Amino acid sequence: MLHTVNKSPFDRNALDTCLAHAKKGSAILLIEDGVYAATKGTASAKKLEQTMKTIPVYALQPDVEARGMKDRVLDGVKLVDYSGFVDLAAEYPTVQSWL
Amino acid sequence: MTESTGGIDMDEETSGVVKKFLYVNRKAPYGTIYALESLEVVLIAAAFDQDVSLAFLDDGVYQIVKGQHTKGIDVKNFSPTYRALEGYDIEKLYVEKESMEARGLTEDDFLVDVKVLSAAEMADLMETQDVVLSF
Repeated sequence: MLHTVNKSPFDRNALDTCLAHAKKGSAILLIEDGVYAATKGTASAKKLEQTMKTIPVYALQPDVEARGMKDRVLDGVKLVDYSGFVDLAAEYPTVQSWL
Repeated sequence: MTESTGGIDMDEETSGVVKKFLYVNRKAPYGTIYALESLEVVLIAAAFDQDVSLAFLDDGVYQIVKGQHTKGIDVKNFSPTYRALEGYDIEKLYVEKESMEARGLTEDDFLVDVKVLSAAEMADLMETQDVVLSF
């Protein structure tokens, strides 16, 4: 399953709930304000570092760049463009959007 | 009543009242419309020569982060506008320290000069205002 999170981890608990439900074999894609979760020096970065030991974490590059976060992205988070988003959605049998 | 003001009474009674306005910004810039709307209202209100301050707390601190490039999401990058506020005599910009630090940011990451305040200092600032507008 592909999990997407589009809310800031500071504003909503969508990321935490996603992380609590993401199983091995799935992937997480951060989009829109969700990309703030993948930035260095934050509490969510520590959680994602833990997550990335078992589950790949992606962030949508256009959303990262729009927010000025390009240089702050956590090591290990893979940046994808819109066609990469489509590839992920096609690769996993289902998509769960944590809104 | 004068010709030049289109009949609007501009004597001291009406034009002399300057109130302290605080705009409180708590949302990240592109996920919702709040940040842009706040900026629009600030610019409109600038025409009224009031005592304006802007506060950035919680995800609002992301509004003034350097290096925003929005071409990829096809949305207007309004962040350069914060730098133009100075030209409208809006020079009092405050960032809450706790919000900044929780996001791994420092004063150098902002595209405008700001004063960093603790939450307690921010609370004091809010208490001194005549009007508080929250976004």
